Amino acid sequence: MDKFETFTGVAAPLPIINVDTDMIIPKQFLKTIKRSGLGVSLFDEMRYDDDRNEIPDFVLNQPAYREAEILVAGENFGCGSSREHAPWAIKDFGLKCIVAPSYADIFYSNCFKNGILPIVLPQEQVDILMQDAEKGANARMTVDLEAQQITSSDGQVFSFEVDSFKKHCLLNGLDDIGLTMEKAAAIDAFEAAAAQARPWV
Amino acid sequence: MSPKTLYDKIWDAHLAHEGEDGTCLLYIDRHLVHEVTSPQAFEGLRMTGRTVRAPDKTIAVPDHNVPTTADRTAGIKNPESRIQVEALDKNARDFGLINYYEMNDVRQGIVHIVGPEQGWTLPGMTVVCGDSHTATHGAFGSLAHGIGTSEVEHVLATQTLIQKKSKNMKVEITGKLAPGVTAKDITLSVIGKTGTAGGTGYVIEYCGEAIRSLSMEGRMTVCNMAIEGGARAGLIAPDETTFDYVKGRPHAPKGAQWEAALTWWKTLYSDDDAHWDKVITIRGEDIAPVVTWGTSPEDVLPITEYVPTPESFTGGKVAGVRRALDYMGLTPGQKLSEIEIDTVFIGSCTNGRIEDLRAAAAILKGKKIKDGLRAMVVPGSGLVRAQAEEEGLADIFKDAGFEWRLAGCSMCLAMNPDQLAPGERCAATSNRNFEGRQGRGGRTHLMSPAMAAAAAVTGRLTDVRKMMTDGVAA
Repeated sequence: MDKFETFTGVAAPLPIINVDTDMIIPKQFLKTIKRSGLGVSLFDEMRYDDDRNEIPDFVLNQPAYREAEILVAGENFGCGSSREHAPWAIKDFGLKCIVAPSYADIFYSNCFKNGILPIVLPQEQVDILMQDAEKGANARMTVDLEAQQITSSDGQVFSFEVDSFKKHCLLNGLDDIGLTMEKAAAIDAFEAAAAQARPWV
Repeated sequence: MSPKTLYDKIWDAHLAHEGEDGTCLLYIDRHLVHEVTSPQAFEGLRMTGRTVRAPDKTIAVPDHNVPTTADRTAGIKNPESRIQVEALDKNARDFGLINYYEMNDVRQGIVHIVGPEQGWTLPGMTVVCGDSHTATHGAFGSLAHGIGTSEVEHVLATQTLIQKKSKNMKVEITGKLAPGVTAKDITLSVIGKTGTAGGTGYVIEYCGEAIRSLSMEGRMTVCNMAIEGGARAGLIAPDETTFDYVKGRPHAPKGAQWEAALTWWKTLYSDDDAHWDKVITIRGEDIAPVVTWGTSPEDVLPITEYVPTPESFTGGKVAGVRRALDYMGLTPGQKLSEIEIDTVFIGSCTNGRIEDLRAAAAILKGKKIKDGLRAMVVPGSGLVRAQAEEEGLADIFKDAGFEWRLAGCSMCLAMNPDQLAPGERCAATSNRNFEGRQGRGGRTHLMSPAMAAAAAVTGRLTDVRKMMTDGVAA
């Protein structure tokens, strides 16, 4: 996984609450056996009409936001299905960071596994960044994970919380399976003890 | 010892390692695998030369993509779906997954129905699957939740999951349910009250007399939709109902091991003075048969109510409801029981078990579905299907005009050919009414199997109680 480095990029506004993973990537795209190539289908039903033409009103179809790297959204983003195809599509489109008041649990965890930073900020701060994002291509925000700060286009700085282990993995592009396998002795010991205590499992 | 919740007890019994920063490795007892969220995980193992650490604790079955029509025995026509199912066949072979139920095995079905049915799911276990409705298995008093594909790979390779502990939430349903009110109405009503993010960060334990009175099938329905309430998992403490259900299943413990298991299982309850971070209490008597009207599972109302106005909500929900009503083609003030439907879908991991089919058949017996309606029953597993045929339920459905399908996820998520056309309106026993969930432009109303059966007869959303006399189907 690539290291998550400080970047400055265009933020796209998506002022919708409860954006579910069916919306992010509809079921017809789950038939792939690969992780790549889903960016073109991100937000498919909002982005294309029945004849596969782009719907001009949709934010990511607007010239200002085609190169967006940050998405500012409403509460409970990523709810519903556990499909990791949702962060795969987001990443493949080129988005590296999401800003919202809250996320669904599984989606939030899936983001970190794919080098995407989901930032949680209070609603009133998200509202400020949403307004900033609505300015278009000039709305370039800076995301600094190391300092845990996001800076709006007019220089307002917002600090965010993030789990220290998740931050460490993201900053260093670490594969957490490799990290867990370093603890194989602890897993072996647990497994042996559990087999004694609960042999029916 | 400090008092613990049921969740605390299961967590403590599975903690394999705790880092200095509080990051925990939780040992996984059962890993369920299906064809949609696993191919990339197996590919990851191949690329890194890793193996499946515990094939004996891994159970695989194709369910999401499989056609539910009789011709599937001849193979899957859609090439992408076929490739995905074949990939699971191959991965099961290559990685030594002996507990594999292939598409034409009579035991095949929706992974969350097969697991309990075969006795893989037992009280006190940790159960994960690359599917959010893994919460279903919490009905046995096991800690069960959905994971992403990267985590599927992590569990395949290490039989553990990196976790931070969630908070404890208690949802108590007191008293008794009125006639015509089911487990589905409980779980939808809870989400209606707490919202789809109300459970975020929590593991919910459902308790109270109304929960205790439910069968295992009903408890699975309740826990299944814990995820729609935003919770990591839903749990119900095991009791005699649980033990009776588990006993004698193919993979349940037997003899002395059964006795040893039972002794431990009986310790799996929340201590009286355990700490709860959040408590919700609902009177069972206050729950009515409900339907959803919008595009979020929290958009729930009793069937006797009216489509709400966007202005009656606050914050981002005002715009959300406006968007939902536009998508659903509904007008504020419209009577819910006057909404006409085109399709009825009975099935899914929420309501595809034998009790669900019995409840629907009880309403349909001797009746016909409304002219022009499309209606299908998709049993949750091949064994549910066989049992329903033996009990005569299949004939009731077919006589009423329902299609009687083979097992799979089907129209719940419309990955197979079972889909809604744009604008088509469906009474569904599944779990999500999201935009496009059952097909692009499709409109979904969630409800119980009995309510869906009633809607099939009248062709509109219907109060099932009007089809009952003295609390039983008339």
